[in-house]
Amino acid sequence: MDSERGRPNPKVIRVKCEALGKVTFMSNISRDDVANLAKLARIDLSEDDLSHLSNELAVILEAVARVQEVAGADVPPTSHPLPLKNVFREDQVRPSLTPDEALSGAPAQEEQRFKVPQILGEE
Amino acid sequence: MALSYSDVISKYEPVLGLEVHVELGTESKMFCGCNTVFGAAPNTQTCPVCLGLPGALPVVNGKAIDYTIAIGLALNCSIAPYSRFARKNYFYPDMPKNFQTSQYDEPICVNGYLDVTVDTEDGPKEFRIEIERVHMEEDTGKSLHMGGSTGRIHGADYSLLDYNRAGIPLVEIVTKVVTGTGKYAPEVARAYVSELRDILRGLGVSDVKMEQGSLRCDANVSLRLIGAEKLGTRSETKNVNSLRSVERAVRGEMIRHAELLDKGERVTQETRHFHEDTGLTTPGRSKEQAEDYRYFPEPDLVPVAPSSELVEKIRATLPEKPSVRRKKLQEAWQVPEKEMAAMINADVLDLVEDTVKLGADPTRARGWWLGEIARIANEKAVAASELSINPQDVAEIVALVAQGELTDKLARQVVEGVINGEGRPTEIIEKRGIKVVSDDSALMAAIEKAIAAQPDVAEKVRGGHIPAAGALIGAIMKETKGQADAAKVRELLLKHLGQG
Amino acid sequence: MIKKSASEMASALSAGEITSVELTQAHLDQIANVDGDVHAFLHVDVDGAIAQARAVDEKRKSGEKVAPLAGVPLALKDVLVQKGIPTTCGSKMLEGWRPPYDSTVVTRLKENGIVILGKTNMDEFAMGSSTENSAYGPTHNPWDLSRIPGGSGGGSSAALAAFEAPLAIGTDTGGSIRQPAAVTGTVGVKPTYGGVSRYGLVAFSSSLDQAGPCARTVLDAAYLHEAIGGYDRMDSTSINEPVPAVVAAAKDGNVKGMKIGVIKELQGDGYQPGVLKLFNQSLEILASLGAEIVEVSCKYFDYALAAYYLIAPSECSSNLARFDAMRYGIRVGEGSAEEVMNATRQVGFGREVKRRIILGTYALSSGYYDAYYGSAQKVRTLISRDFENAFTKADVLVSPTAPTTAFKIGEKANDPIAMYLNDIATIPTNLAGIGGMSVPSGLAEEDGLPAGFQIMAPAMKDDRMYKVGSALEAALLTKWGRPILESAPALGAK
Repeated sequence: MDSERGRPNPKVIRVKCEALGKVTFMSNISRDDVANLAKLARIDLSEDDLSHLSNELAVILEAVARVQEVAGADVPPTSHPLPLKNVFREDQVRPSLTPDEALSGAPAQEEQRFKVPQILGEE
Repeated sequence: MALSYSDVISKYEPVLGLEVHVELGTESKMFCGCNTVFGAAPNTQTCPVCLGLPGALPVVNGKAIDYTIAIGLALNCSIAPYSRFARKNYFYPDMPKNFQTSQYDEPICVNGYLDVTVDTEDGPKEFRIEIERVHMEEDTGKSLHMGGSTGRIHGADYSLLDYNRAGIPLVEIVTKVVTGTGKYAPEVARAYVSELRDILRGLGVSDVKMEQGSLRCDANVSLRLIGAEKLGTRSETKNVNSLRSVERAVRGEMIRHAELLDKGERVTQETRHFHEDTGLTTPGRSKEQAEDYRYFPEPDLVPVAPSSELVEKIRATLPEKPSVRRKKLQEAWQVPEKEMAAMINADVLDLVEDTVKLGADPTRARGWWLGEIARIANEKAVAASELSINPQDVAEIVALVAQGELTDKLARQVVEGVINGEGRPTEIIEKRGIKVVSDDSALMAAIEKAIAAQPDVAEKVRGGHIPAAGALIGAIMKETKGQADAAKVRELLLKHLGQG
Repeated sequence: MIKKSASEMASALSAGEITSVELTQAHLDQIANVDGDVHAFLHVDVDGAIAQARAVDEKRKSGEKVAPLAGVPLALKDVLVQKGIPTTCGSKMLEGWRPPYDSTVVTRLKENGIVILGKTNMDEFAMGSSTENSAYGPTHNPWDLSRIPGGSGGGSSAALAAFEAPLAIGTDTGGSIRQPAAVTGTVGVKPTYGGVSRYGLVAFSSSLDQAGPCARTVLDAAYLHEAIGGYDRMDSTSINEPVPAVVAAAKDGNVKGMKIGVIKELQGDGYQPGVLKLFNQSLEILASLGAEIVEVSCKYFDYALAAYYLIAPSECSSNLARFDAMRYGIRVGEGSAEEVMNATRQVGFGREVKRRIILGTYALSSGYYDAYYGSAQKVRTLISRDFENAFTKADVLVSPTAPTTAFKIGEKANDPIAMYLNDIATIPTNLAGIGGMSVPSGLAEEDGLPAGFQIMAPAMKDDRMYKVGSALEAALLTKWGRPILESAPALGAK
């Protein structure tokens, strides 16, 4: 690392886990945890990925867990940066894509439908 | 050994939970302007939004909001001053975004109720079903499972997806846990769905056709010992596509649970599939490990905050409640409670009303729908509304009988013909050559022929033994191919034999 | 001609000194000349661009009125859909995909007669700060080809710095327009959230993403901003107000009496000394122009990075679920739909994307939601309040755009946290939804590489950024005697 160019300050990311009397969160994430998450996310992670990720995620999680330090019960969450509400459209039919356009990206198609492999899950 | 229903209810009490999904009858989809008309060619009603193409964004259909508020008000709910959409995340090929835009902890309507009346051995009893919430979501695409033998997902080689129905607005109505129904649980469940359907139809927000899927019911059932406090394990039954199925599914599940519990076995918490033909359920996806849907507020949509002005405006446009409407009909037709209940149970009340509106006498209209037609519907195990015969047909038939063009017996033939798809009443009358033989001379000819064929019977009648005339009348009816007016035949015959 | 500003080119087109076809061809030639080294472009639409240019020339010839930037070429970040043109988002997952529709940004560019030269390289699905996460190879900083051009929109900024286009469109979720602008010596603007339509912008983090104008001058960016901004009924989060008068503000450039708030928490340790020096010099310039410099404190900014790295991955884990090999994109693997999905997503997504999907899946999981995602959304509220409070004391807030100048390609690739720190100054604006702009502040004395000066304005007050940016730009131009980019090394065949 170039010392003249300045290193990122570790203080910025260091976690103080004496989180103000609240429950200290276990940011330990095991390989099995990652494997379960990969299942939920439908990604076939390799063994290599699994071991790397569990380490990387543990570090990241430790860093980001500090949000709990200040997220008090009295603070309302924001899910929208703007105070917008009640945005609606008229119940009016508008032109759709043609079937060719709709299916244009399809990896496989049959009878103007998207062809997908055997689905194992329940409907 | 299979338990009987009375065995079950002597020991256990049922607890219900009903989830009903309604397809709203808006012109365009929930989040985009694609057409919602049913039955279009595959993938002709899709766009970047409902296909979930990268970059597409949803915009809420304002009419769907109005409809949902109307539903909530009709169900005595509070309309939330602030509600939000949320993403329900899971993967399935019929869901283009692999999340469903729905509502989670901030639904638009909460805490309502619906009162239903059920016929019990102590007379009609009212049950109040409490409603937890009414919320909005979007429907999925439709899959065709190909290559297997049943057309169902098991054993299929591949599937074909049509996204025309993806994004159709859905409203989900969820009851709170329903207790205290005792042995009437199946009837209460049915009455709830029936009443709900009437309300929705009256509001004009959906065509509520269970057979077509615009009204879907999932029934949750659990049992506990009578007097117990803790709730039993529940099963959820899907594919319940008619009112009759609701009742059968609930009853069936109650028996199934009881059989397991009696043997000391556990009821598995799972989703089950109802089968029309057997009235039984088979297991589907196990709910032991509940799927983690990772709900979070939908960032592409902004909150819905209906003003009190809007809510009151919608409230003012609500039509009269079905129960009020029914009371009015009952008074107008002068019909006893039991018969009203019978019509509701046979699901023919609307049909009768429509028939009366076309000019038919209420009693006659009721007679047909509740009598012959309901009987045939039952035989075929379908709803009366699914038969080929409609109020127009019945009104015509009633008129023809009133005019003397048809006897009751002949009318029944016409009804059968219409139901069999042979055409409308006048077509059938012509095709089959149905005609009342009222011409006296023609009747006399048949009468004399019958007397000649059975002289000893005729002698008995002449002798005062009136009932014997039945054999002669039967022969005469046969001779006239049933087209004679039986009452007229009897009158003429007896007169001829000196007894009239 | 290609070294001029877009405004100068527009004037030349208007005066008939050059045709759009000639101008477009000149840029296509430059791309052919230098892009082998820079790799800013993933796709160059040669025929389409010339056709667009010709159409504008014809319109102008027939006397029809044309928009201010009509006929001027532009580079489009590959995260915005353009009908019929390959759109990859820098990912293998969308290799070969040609969208069947145009994003609203593209529709507006076309309406304005702006010629789209092609799609620029980016970190995969906009996740990254160096463009090293592109599945198609990194882009190289025209100032030093061994260095990163910033990210995720490195391609757009590099294209500007290499004179391959005078205008570009980028998108900014945590700094992806501003940080590349800073390290390439160009101008980049993230408008107020909702100021530019997101319809057709392939979503990474929906509540943070915003498309914005990139150029070599503040005035150019202003013209582009007015061309693409404004209400769109296809985007529910679009602001239903007219675009702030940014061109007028850029032309005005008078900061006399304005209060400029320096955010205490966004400087000091962790910032390269040369970058800080340039920042302070810029403050002095603004003061000399009549502005008042005040110090403000936004104490919750220390938590902004953490909040961002919970919110963005959570939203992205959901946004990227649609890439499942069923309807578009690549499909690999055998077996059931589930197996094909799993295999495709393993191959189609790169390391960083997978990392964030898993992190986001975790943060949203039941049992963890309140601690992670829920808490992060609260921090967002606290940061918005910090800004609100700060804006009672100042008209605009400023900081260095990025903590360092361009680092070497490969230097931080294996250290995710070090990489994430590049966005430490830009992230707060995305969390609050307000606008942010980066203008070149000069070349750092340690390495002679560009650094940026960040200006932030309250929501919907984007014009203030342009006013201050324009004033600073003019003053620095006077100081240096020529545009900073003319110091950049020459590229391509000599």
